[in-house]
Amino acid sequence: MKKKLVKGNEALAQAAIEAGCRFYFGYPITPQNDIPEYLAREFPKLGGTFLQAESEIGSINMVLGASAAGMRAMTSSSGPGISLMQEGLSYLAGSEIPAVVVNVQRSGPGLGGISPSQGDYFQATRGGGHGDYRTPVLAPASVQEMWDLTFLAFDLADRYRNPVVILADAMLGQMKEPLEMRKPELPPLPAKDWILEGCQGRDKRLLKSLYLGEGELEKHCWRLWAKYEEIKKKEVRCEAYRIEDAELVVVAFGSPARIAKGAIMEAREQGLKVGLLRPITLYPYPEKELADLADQGKTFLVTELNVGQMVEDVRMAAGRRAEVHFYGRPPGAGSLPSPEDILHEIRETYPAR
Amino acid sequence: MSETAEKLLNPRPESLVDIPTHFCPGCHHGIVHRLVAEAIDHFGLREKAIGVACVGCSVFLYNYLNTDVVEAPHGRAPAVATGLRRALPDRLIYTYQGDGDLAAIGTSEIIHAANRGEPITVVFVNNTTYGMTGGQMAPTTLLGQKTTTSPYGRDFHQAGYPIKMAEFLAPLEGVAFSARGAVDRVANLKRTRKLIFRAFEVQVQRLGFGFVEVLSACPTNWGMTPIEAAKRVEEEMIPYFPLGIFKERKEADHL
Ligand SMILES: Cc1ncc(C[n+]2csc(CCOP(=O)(O)OP(=O)(O)O)c2C)c(N)n1
Ligand code: SF4
Repeated sequence: MKKKLVKGNEALAQAAIEAGCRFYFGYPITPQNDIPEYLAREFPKLGGTFLQAESEIGSINMVLGASAAGMRAMTSSSGPGISLMQEGLSYLAGSEIPAVVVNVQRSGPGLGGISPSQGDYFQATRGGGHGDYRTPVLAPASVQEMWDLTFLAFDLADRYRNPVVILADAMLGQMKEPLEMRKPELPPLPAKDWILEGCQGRDKRLLKSLYLGEGELEKHCWRLWAKYEEIKKKEVRCEAYRIEDAELVVVAFGSPARIAKGAIMEAREQGLKVGLLRPITLYPYPEKELADLADQGKTFLVTELNVGQMVEDVRMAAGRRAEVHFYGRPPGAGSLPSPEDILHEIRETYPAR
Repeated sequence: MSETAEKLLNPRPESLVDIPTHFCPGCHHGIVHRLVAEAIDHFGLREKAIGVACVGCSVFLYNYLNTDVVEAPHGRAPAVATGLRRALPDRLIYTYQGDGDLAAIGTSEIIHAANRGEPITVVFVNNTTYGMTGGQMAPTTLLGQKTTTSPYGRDFHQAGYPIKMAEFLAPLEGVAFSARGAVDRVANLKRTRKLIFRAFEVQVQRLGFGFVEVLSACPTNWGMTPIEAAKRVEEEMIPYFPLGIFKERKEADHL
């Protein structure tokens, strides 16, 4: 297939169209404006709905409405806007309504800045809203994955009737890379027998998250839990690069994983046995893969664009068996590490045998 | 021998579920539900209707209205209705919201849905208090009214004035119909029935956004008997929240 040079945010937007999404609601915020701008231009030609909402609270709830009617609907934002959507995400999860929410991360806390960051890892993976719920979180690391994972996000959302988060960052959104506009083969989806469109020829339907009856909510929460367990069993995705003989495994997701790869190649040239484990799904997290590596006695170096968030999941998965080092680069102008920076850390933490 | 057949003068509307009410005695929510159900029946759209329930005592609309219903977060029903409206252009979309929901936490969503002229119907139940959470001050609480969070009576120096939503929304270009009614006595109830019908009709005719506010009693949180509460609607609420139509568009005018 021929490749085209495309910007990350635009690849994501076009993939949403190809995945059958025709409803987008959003509110402007840097660094993701190319997504709404692209869809504002393309949707009218396709009979789709682009609507600039009054706020991100408005956007997420418009998504909830369109999705309740069975449509593939999406919103995108960054940091502060995603914070405003958390209540809506919790309702979507509680009422089991699918949705795709894209966070092209900028830096925080507060207004922070617009440089690439991974400071929203906790918010995305722990369910930044209230209550016992989880959302699958997909972390692209290339323009190709901005495309591919968008298809997967809509698929998972419909398959599990759950909101799905795509956690990108400013660098992925803004950079251009060759893109193969392929359509993935995905297994057939369950019928949407829960949607609201008027109760013609059937009993009325209700989509809700309020359960006040004795024991009702407990049952509901356990049912959701069972769904999350199924997701954990079936949907873990990660990339392993040269880990078989590695003494040190770098763990990174998104943009830093690319930089780490460069550093690993250089380290290999210098005779160091280093590999990379790159989680593609941040929830469900590749716990088992990490635990196995820990069992094999490998040492870990976690690198993130923050002061240490995913590293907690690595420590949890590795338990006490393995040494886990952390190299963090909190956001700020020029804060992206260079391959040399990471190589330096690799040398510092490489196990002495 | 003449045949005597019993005839029900006011049969239950098809859009209303036949179950006992759980609302407090003298609460007006049930009456408003019935009027909404009658309006949906009137247009023959029960099977094409989707309701959006909000947060408050009003959420239980989903038990009583015999249509599809989705629950919205507190205040966000007009945004949810917007998503439904865009997804299902030929269906009947309505929200049913309390005064805390619509006039406090949900002001952004209601103003912008109205301003966009979303062809939806919003039924706004104003009982001057937060019913479900136990009678706190609402944006519609009258001056001097004692609530659990205005124990000395609402004072405008401290808490501003009660907000008149029907008047407030009327001037927005997208609004096709905005009115206020009450259901404290039969004459008002009959007029309000017409207002609710009209708020649905402007949607059916695609004239724009339909809004109807209904003054409603909350005897429980007002600490009154049902009869005293209905009297309060007439004596205290109506003088401040006048009944009537504040905007009525007869045909679609696109600027
Ligand atoms: C974000 C959020 N804040 C607060 C609440 C708590 N809460 C539930 S109902 C309600 C007020 C309901 O009052 P109103 O809208 O007047 O409806 P009523 O109960 O009188 O019908 C509040 C504040 C909530 N559910 N969500
Ligand atoms: S608390 Fe008030 S609004 Fe709620 S059901 Fe009782 S009377 Fe009605």
